[in-house]
Amino acid sequence: MTVTTRGGAAGLRRVPQYLALLAYVVFLAFPLLWLLSTALKTPREMALADPTWIPREPTLANFADAFGEQDLVGAATRSLVVALASSVITVVISLPAAYAIARYRGLVNRIAIGWVLVSQVFPFILIIIPLFMILRDLELVNTLPGLVVVHVTFTLPFALWMLQGYVRAVPAELEEAAAMDGAGRIRTIVGVVAPLLAPGVVATLLFAFISSWNEFLFALVILQDPDVMTLPLTLVRFTGPEGVARLGPLAAASLMATIPSLIFFAIIQRRLKSGLMAGAVKG
Amino acid sequence: MRMKSALAAAAIVALAAGCGSGGGDKGGSAAGKPGEPVKLNFLSLAWQKESVAANKQIVDEWNKANPTIQVTYVQGSWDNVNDQLVTQFAGGTAPDVIHNDSPALSGFASDGYLLDLSDKLPAELKSDIPQKSWDTVTFDDGKGKQGVYGVPFLQESQVIIANKKLLDGAGVRIPTPDNPWTWDEFSAAAKKMTKGDAFGVAWPMKSPVNKSLNLALNFGGTFFQTVDGKTTVKVGPEEKEVLQRIHDQLYKDKSADPAALGQGTADPLPAFYAGKFALLPAGVYLRQQVAEQAPKGFEWVTLPPLKGTTTDQGAVSQTLSVAQDSKHPDEALKFISYFLNPTNQAKLAKGDWLLPTSVKAAADPSMTTKENGWDVATASAKNLVVAPFLKVNGFDEWKSKVATPALQEYFANKISIDDVAKKLVDDGNKVLERYQR
Repeated sequence: MTVTTRGGAAGLRRVPQYLALLAYVVFLAFPLLWLLSTALKTPREMALADPTWIPREPTLANFADAFGEQDLVGAATRSLVVALASSVITVVISLPAAYAIARYRGLVNRIAIGWVLVSQVFPFILIIIPLFMILRDLELVNTLPGLVVVHVTFTLPFALWMLQGYVRAVPAELEEAAAMDGAGRIRTIVGVVAPLLAPGVVATLLFAFISSWNEFLFALVILQDPDVMTLPLTLVRFTGPEGVARLGPLAAASLMATIPSLIFFAIIQRRLKSGLMAGAVKG
Repeated sequence: MRMKSALAAAAIVALAAGCGSGGGDKGGSAAGKPGEPVKLNFLSLAWQKESVAANKQIVDEWNKANPTIQVTYVQGSWDNVNDQLVTQFAGGTAPDVIHNDSPALSGFASDGYLLDLSDKLPAELKSDIPQKSWDTVTFDDGKGKQGVYGVPFLQESQVIIANKKLLDGAGVRIPTPDNPWTWDEFSAAAKKMTKGDAFGVAWPMKSPVNKSLNLALNFGGTFFQTVDGKTTVKVGPEEKEVLQRIHDQLYKDKSADPAALGQGTADPLPAFYAGKFALLPAGVYLRQQVAEQAPKGFEWVTLPPLKGTTTDQGAVSQTLSVAQDSKHPDEALKFISYFLNPTNQAKLAKGDWLLPTSVKAAADPSMTTKENGWDVATASAKNLVVAPFLKVNGFDEWKSKVATPALQEYFANKISIDDVAKKLVDDGNKVLERYQR
């Protein structure tokens, strides 16, 4: 009885927490739900002075227009290839670099970190023309590998910064213990450090993937052939001058564009959960 | 570090066969080996469904009829086209045929990125488009020589889209292209239509500059003057007239809906359909949205441009240009001539709900039908004259840094007409000075 009462009281205390959580979930889900609602509305319903949440006359015409007019599937496939390649390459390059920066301290290390931070303050627009010239000379303009190179280049500094933080969080004592047990440097990194870094690697991978998936400006100037254009370049075709847009097809196409990101996130989100480190150096 | 990373990544990416390269040529036109067709890239900014369909149809027809000159249709976006072109021009990979608007051509022409078409235009194309439209694409080449840097093909005028029920209910004279409303009649009609919660008019002024400057020509307001080769900003009685009249509707007559003031061009439409106001001054292209979105039973009409001392309005044109670096300029011009023949111009104008520059296209029955106000819209083309700001070096910066915030403050009633005039002139001249050194 006492237990039940205590449980009930505890449950009541949790009501505000659940309400707050629900409000937060609604806040996060609102753009996606509104996108879905808009994608299913007729142009007439979209222009109502009192907007509706649930379409009165749901229609798939916007999806038919979006897919009929633009090669959304092809563009999404290319975006996926670019985003996956960019994120994997970013992590492969930045992981050993991050380890070196985190573990070997000295002047070079400090200069490297400083340079990483400084590189973040340059506006992209300032360097886009020289970058374009370099890609042109490398014959990478109008190619997906060219875009991957650019995405990796611009994601790398921040990925490096993220990962070196995760490396620092791995206690050096673990590596020392492995060394005491006779493990060499490589074996220590592969067998001890790498598994503990998994959540950090996944977070970095996700960051790099989303940055590349959404990237527009570089894709705009580098990709010129319709057959190589990525999804953001395709979505913008539903917009006109002065902010006027074809809202229905744009919402339908944008909704489709969010799906691969959601699936990718769903697949790897389990890995994001930390806790692997819990108790690692206790007792 | 970035470059090292880029090169390292490039080496890795080169091995990543899974990426696929797609394309791989350097953009622009292909060289065209003997026996192979010449290939042209055409950057189009069409975005409305009917317009994109018309563009694609014309390109397909061309490709079928011209196996030796094949055109690839590339769809771009108005929002980013100039960022895209700046880079591609600098890199020598711009498309052969470029869709843009005339204000953007000035800078590209003086930088030498666009081909001067003066001596290359076919007589038929040249004679089908009035000189005042050619004037919108005639610019200095940066060395003091005037050239024609595009073919103008679609233009926009400012008309008034009206709720027919409220208009008829007010008992005011219905204006016609031959006998348009004067600004005084317009103000009186708006006051008459302001009843209860409904206003007579709505002025969406989120981007107030082009609309204000184009309408200012009704009273001879040019905003710029050039004396001895030096251009300065001028805001006298002629320039103040339209600004003051709009301001009066908002704060003196209270016949303009204040809720619309901060909105973009199409934003007030839901309130328009709901009868919250009767008149919406807008570009002719907005008729497309009204035709598509208006609730069943909602009746609307297009009213002709207003008259001040004249009915003149500033015009800019949508244009097709040829890149200076195009390897096949003659073929590009042949394509443009076909693309913009009168039949095709009528299709394109219909698709974008704009006005064709072609005299023959404007006479096409589809351009003069009463349906959706085409007769009034097409007739309004006669009021268009070259927008004076079109040839002002530094106009874009003046517009974004000086005029937009100053006019927004004025229309929000935060500063007086004299204050806004002073800002436009003093701050504006500092901007223009930099471009004339």
